[in-house]
Amino acid sequence: MAIEERKYAAYLCKGCGIGEAVKFAALTKVTTREGKIPLVKEHDVLCSPAGLEMIKQDIASEGVNCIIIGACSPRVKYEEFDFPGCLVERVNLREFVAWTQEPNHPETQALAEDYLRMAAARIKKGDLPEPFQTECDKTILVIGGGMAGLSAALEAANHGYDVLLVEKEAQIGGFGAKLHKATPSSYPFDKLQNSPVLAKINAVQGNPKIRVWTNSVIETLEGEPGLLDVTIKRNGELETLRVGAVVLATGWKPYDATKLGHLGYGLPNVITNLDMEEMAKKGKIARPSDGRPAKAVAFIQCAGSRDPDHLPYCSDICCAVSLKQALYVRQQDPDAVAMILYKDIRTPGNNELFYKAAQSDPGVMLTKAEVTGVTEAGGKLKISAQDTLLGENVVFEADLVVLATGMVPTTKDDPILNLKYRQGPGLPDLDLFQGFADSNFICFPYETRRTAIYAAGTVHQPMGLAMAEQDGVGAALKAIQALEHIAVGMAVHPRAWDETFPEPFLQRCTQCKRCTEECPFGAIEEDEKGTPFYKINRCRRCGTCMGACPERIVNFKDYSVDIVGSMLKSLEVPTEEDVEDDEEVPLRILGLVCENDAYPALDAAAQHHLRLNPSIRFVPLRCLGSFNLVWVSDAFSRGVDGMILLGCKYGDDYQCHFAKGSELCAYRLTKLSETLDKLGLEADRVQQMQVAISEFDTLPQILDDFVARVKEIGPNPFKGM
Amino acid sequence: MSTDNNKILVIGGGMSGLTAALEAAESGAQVVIVEKKPYLGGRVAQLHRYFPKLCPPACGLEIQFRRLRQNPRLTFYTQAEVIQVSGAEGNYDVTLRINPRYVNDRCTACGACAEACPAEREDAFNYGLNKTKAAYLPYDMAFPFKYVIDASACQPNCGQKCHAACAYEAIDLNMRPQTMTHNVGAIILAGGWDLYDAAKIDNLGYGQVKNVITNMQMERLAAANGPTGGQILRPSDNLPPKKVAFVQCAGSRDENHLPYCSYICCMASLKQATYLREKDPESEAHIFYIDLRTPGRYEQFMWKVRDDEGVKLIRGKVAKVEQEVGSPRVVITAENTATGNKLRDTFDMVVLAVGMVPATKTTPFAMPLSYTPEGFVIPELLPKGIYAVGSLKSPLDVTKSMQDSTGAALKSLISLSRR
Repeated sequence: MAIEERKYAAYLCKGCGIGEAVKFAALTKVTTREGKIPLVKEHDVLCSPAGLEMIKQDIASEGVNCIIIGACSPRVKYEEFDFPGCLVERVNLREFVAWTQEPNHPETQALAEDYLRMAAARIKKGDLPEPFQTECDKTILVIGGGMAGLSAALEAANHGYDVLLVEKEAQIGGFGAKLHKATPSSYPFDKLQNSPVLAKINAVQGNPKIRVWTNSVIETLEGEPGLLDVTIKRNGELETLRVGAVVLATGWKPYDATKLGHLGYGLPNVITNLDMEEMAKKGKIARPSDGRPAKAVAFIQCAGSRDPDHLPYCSDICCAVSLKQALYVRQQDPDAVAMILYKDIRTPGNNELFYKAAQSDPGVMLTKAEVTGVTEAGGKLKISAQDTLLGENVVFEADLVVLATGMVPTTKDDPILNLKYRQGPGLPDLDLFQGFADSNFICFPYETRRTAIYAAGTVHQPMGLAMAEQDGVGAALKAIQALEHIAVGMAVHPRAWDETFPEPFLQRCTQCKRCTEECPFGAIEEDEKGTPFYKINRCRRCGTCMGACPERIVNFKDYSVDIVGSMLKSLEVPTEEDVEDDEEVPLRILGLVCENDAYPALDAAAQHHLRLNPSIRFVPLRCLGSFNLVWVSDAFSRGVDGMILLGCKYGDDYQCHFAKGSELCAYRLTKLSETLDKLGLEADRVQQMQVAISEFDTLPQILDDFVARVKEIGPNPFKGM
Repeated sequence: MSTDNNKILVIGGGMSGLTAALEAAESGAQVVIVEKKPYLGGRVAQLHRYFPKLCPPACGLEIQFRRLRQNPRLTFYTQAEVIQVSGAEGNYDVTLRINPRYVNDRCTACGACAEACPAEREDAFNYGLNKTKAAYLPYDMAFPFKYVIDASACQPNCGQKCHAACAYEAIDLNMRPQTMTHNVGAIILAGGWDLYDAAKIDNLGYGQVKNVITNMQMERLAAANGPTGGQILRPSDNLPPKKVAFVQCAGSRDENHLPYCSYICCMASLKQATYLREKDPESEAHIFYIDLRTPGRYEQFMWKVRDDEGVKLIRGKVAKVEQEVGSPRVVITAENTATGNKLRDTFDMVVLAVGMVPATKTTPFAMPLSYTPEGFVIPELLPKGIYAVGSLKSPLDVTKSMQDSTGAALKSLISLSRR
């Protein structure tokens, strides 16, 4: 919006206790004189039809297009205060002032006035977004042709998207196609069924929207979502194609059974569950050593899984698989016995019904056991076990032992994607998930730190075929959604509505590389000279680059170092001249808060009418990752006494929606004490606290403690300079 | 992507329904959510923390609500139910009944009505552990952030005190149920689950023996926005329990109750053991289980909790829960399934890991569908264009329900284009 087109107005609500907490004449005066907002109106209930009508009239007749709403939290009454085409700045006078402060106290009044000063500063610098649009290829690349990949490909194609399915083997279908039978996936969960993968293979092969490339692996993947160039090595030849988004569904590989010597692997009649599957599919379950029928088959569960020396997780499907294979044994030979030695039987959900059905077969025996060793003597295998239902140190005899080996995700030691991204070829953070391409968010299981790349199936989490099928469809939806957003210049999760994007002023870039290194999503590359350039379609709009940049050159239309800096500088900082001789100069402290979690927690504290320290002015940040150190100088040179940052928990179980934001902020603060030292200021004046959204009850104490600490240090010596 | 009928109906505004709705709406569809409660967020809004991260569910819900606020294609109705459905894929006519909230959109959640209200009701959000006024906010972060009046709890002839107290003309005690019809191309069933009625499990003492609570009540006791402000206090005397037993498979894996495994209860009890231990390092958590089911990567969480010296994992099926004579303490008799030995121990409080029942067990969909005897939807037998997600098909955890809901969004989008 050009400056000459801008018409500012502020509307102040007196409802919900605001009118009783502050003096409106003074508020209006501050907004008009200091905030330079020409039109300021009060209303008893601004969100009422009459209040809203007043605003709409001004929009229509006065051409008002930059609107400050001094009322409740922006998290509520969002439909009422939505004025399309206008810049709207919400000032949280209700939650941050009326509901959390002592009514009519001078400090309460000062707080409300500061919030209006900040809003006026912000709205003058902010602007409406203009989406950044690139070309967008809507082809979906599915890597891996097992259950998850097939179902992703099929449903994406059914919705009209072109799919390129890349499979490294000569055939599609993955492990699911090699099964003799599958465990039941439908009620009453008591019968083995044909593998559901077979029907998927046919459907994919018959779908004109899906190109299937077998004997193919990803050589490189470069570019950005919507404009990804994938180079595929197909039958040894390289070919490059343009795709838009990626479903990573490369599945699992079996845990290396040669590491399971303690469970007898290496003995001729000790096989893995995959060997058993192959044998059953061929039609004869027999001892490999002599081809004689296996009359007693023992299944050893958790062969590698749930073992800190091998796989530190449960492979999810092995209990059901062994129950299924026990039924193979019984179906081939009604006189044979199948024995399952387990730590815990894990057949969650309705799979329990399959467990019961299998258990009801008198030839299937289950016993809890910690297997300590497997040996061979006289043609029989002897399995020693402890801690069984039958007592201590029992030895079981069997003709054949099947090790229920677990699954290892294909991403465990192969980046697979081979991204030509500055930050590396694979998905970051895999170590947090024991090699799986999982999300760290319970609520958002498809989130990865590589935009528009979604994992599905057993590379994502340990899971069975039924879940892999669903998971593939979910990942396909996310890929489609990412492309539809990119096509219109909108961010993807978690700011899925955002049409702003980083606009760096590169002439001032010093090639320090902080942005390229810190971006949690690897969105910034650099050219030969080391100058960064954005791959906007990878960007999630968290502003981490804006926080990282020492030259402060990264801006969003409605969010920038300058916008926040102007807000901080707009504060009224009282000095000794403003108070009586015997009075203390009140402290002024800034609270920079994560808008996703800390801000709602403050609102919740307000809903509980908890008192929040009146010295603190809260400024929401998109993410603490966008915190720029220059704001510290901005604030302290203004005379502010302290700065508290409230952000999400970080570490392995991080809660930051942008993965690294709060952690990067904490890292930046470690560099701060030097700067403060130079200014002769104490490092304690700036502190970051980790606050979860639910911890509203802890906020008053956290804030009071911080204010007390600042008080102890004393007022900012730059005050009034 | 656009068709004549670009609309999807999502029944259930819990985490699954919200996710399905948002994923579909962000992919271009018009979506209508129908939620029976007066707020969105469902069961996860009542959880203190999620396993295994021990992070607050409100964090993800907040993102969902923000996505919802920003998305013009998504609308929702609370206190609403589907009463009639007809048609076929691409063209379902759905009749909704919107039950009266008695509070209109002018409500600012200022709280004056509740202050004035003379009547009380059991707080369903806190599983009856406390009371609210008949005019109440469902919980502190409720979305929408509006009060509700529970007419069934109103004091007759109170003189409409709430109405008089409201400065915003937001109270309308003459509201009547409304019906409306939506024509939609696809329907997603996301009703989630209810807790099995623990009182039916005679031997576990719920409702008879003092200080026997459910796992969901434990969530509320641990939550800062719960009835005790986040202090874990046993109901009989509001004292903090030092020694707490968790009884696994309360109802689940039991032919007399729920023949299936409820998937989440082992992880939930391990998680709740951490609540107890975090709040009181002197406390003890004893978990009685049949099989410890922490599938997939959850195993790591089990190891972490198991390594806490204050947590004892006991393989044993609880046979009986009784009151200690002359005391509010609780005696547990269990059979160690490994040794066959009987165990007896006394606890300050007992948490029953009560299993889940699909919402369709008590409230079947308004169109004939095939269900298992336990009330689960049989997905293969659903009419075209109708999809069920998460724990309506089989008990499931939150993450996998989200995966399923995301997939259901795509399947629904495809149904729209099949019209």
